[in-house]
Amino acid sequence: MYVAVKGGERAIENAHRLLAHERRGDREVPELSLAQISGQLSLGVDRIMTEGSLYDRELAALALKQARGDMIEAIFLVRAFRATLPRFGASEPVDTGQMQVRRRISSTFKDIPGGQILGPTFDYTHRLLDPELAEGSKPEAPATAEASAATMPRVTDILGRDGLIEPSPQLDANSPVGDLTREPLSFPADRDLRLQNLARADEGFLLALGYSTQRGYGRSHPFAGEIRLGEVEVEFMAEDVGFAVPLGAVTLTECQMVNQFKGSATEAPCFTRGYGLAFGQSERKTMSMALVDRSLRARELGEEIVAPAQDEEFVMSHSDNVQATGFVEHLKLPHYVDFQSELGLLRKLRQEFSEATVEIPEPMQEAAE
Amino acid sequence: MKADMTVADENGKQAQRKAAMAVLAHSDAAEIARRLEPIAVPAYENLREPENGLVMLRGRIGGDGAPFNLGEATVSRAAVRLASGEVGFGYTLGRDRRKAQMIALCDALVQSSEFSVAVEENVLAPLRAAMISERDRRASETAATRVDFYTMVRGEG
Repeated sequence: MYVAVKGGERAIENAHRLLAHERRGDREVPELSLAQISGQLSLGVDRIMTEGSLYDRELAALALKQARGDMIEAIFLVRAFRATLPRFGASEPVDTGQMQVRRRISSTFKDIPGGQILGPTFDYTHRLLDPELAEGSKPEAPATAEASAATMPRVTDILGRDGLIEPSPQLDANSPVGDLTREPLSFPADRDLRLQNLARADEGFLLALGYSTQRGYGRSHPFAGEIRLGEVEVEFMAEDVGFAVPLGAVTLTECQMVNQFKGSATEAPCFTRGYGLAFGQSERKTMSMALVDRSLRARELGEEIVAPAQDEEFVMSHSDNVQATGFVEHLKLPHYVDFQSELGLLRKLRQEFSEATVEIPEPMQEAAE
Repeated sequence: MKADMTVADENGKQAQRKAAMAVLAHSDAAEIARRLEPIAVPAYENLREPENGLVMLRGRIGGDGAPFNLGEATVSRAAVRLASGEVGFGYTLGRDRRKAQMIALCDALVQSSEFSVAVEENVLAPLRAAMISERDRRASETAATRVDFYTMVRGEG
């Protein structure tokens, strides 16, 4: 239980004033603008949008500035903001096959229609700190080449034509799209809800879980079938207008994992799929998400559930870093009364112990919340 | 026959409005405002005051399957009516209410026989050209990072 504690108002006010001062840093150094954060720390902004579950670069940049670079605090701020606006509705599902691709790689086929396109990537950099960047840099203009007009089918579409990979589950008109921001989680959860949960899940948590599946805790033999990054058009069916109106484009990263499946009595062996999708350039996130999406399909695919990454209740209940930080950090709040009662109990037990009774003390009660 | 013509006209008009909205949604608010300047915009009223809200963005399982909720985006919307009666709607990603209102105004002007040509020439055509040129620039920068594999032959063929 918590007890209202009065008397801290002035200390709190001054603490926030000090926070604002510290946030500003050295006042001789120019202040960061949101355009600088959005443009130059763009992957951090992408992560805040993804896990804050709100596509708005400017707000995410503001959150990062306000949070002094603390990603989870920034994500928390964005989540809180979204509660202040009404929801007009849901978009038409985006078509990542029509993406204006800026990066697209496959580790399964060398020669894919449309080609392997590296785009702006850290891959193949030497991971050596660059002293030139410390001095302020004027990078060269990007190289250009003639763009090909060839379409870029998803690798899974190519495999799907030969039936070598399972088809994606299609819309069941009778079941509405699950939304965990409207309905509390319940288990078992369908894949739409799981993907929504994973999309906003903490990247580090998913990375560790995905890694655990690779190390043998619920192995699923993945290949990165395709990763693509680029801009996708969004349309919204506006009732007042009478047709689906274009809203503009969002940047998305998509990962298609291709996994083994040995088949069953009724189904021929084929590859199965794990799927990852996130706002912005979020490659590690979508790869981890796709690994965990696949491992969470254990129940559906009749696989033995032996590892944490296959346990949907465990994964979905602990994936949200705003919830997690709320519960971990609430331990900072005054628990004076709880602690006094624990202290009282402990003193009593110690007294009994020192009186050298032969009885074994009762186990301590669990710490109250 | 006449009814068919009407339906086709209606679809054509709708496609035209949608194409205009797509260009406008991709453009900067300041650019739209600048392009609108030379047009003697007729009187209009706000049918819906410009407002901010959210749209839940949906993806598809596996990229091509059943929809799921990916996360929300900020959206602005507005609706206007010209004195001559045309009603225009504006929707765009982001929190720029003024931009939504300008899109609504353009949508109304596109439907007006008096202004549709002026809007196309002064606003939509240059913004479309800028959008395409920006898209082409990105595409050509991207194309330069495409891998051209070559095979190294070992031993004697």
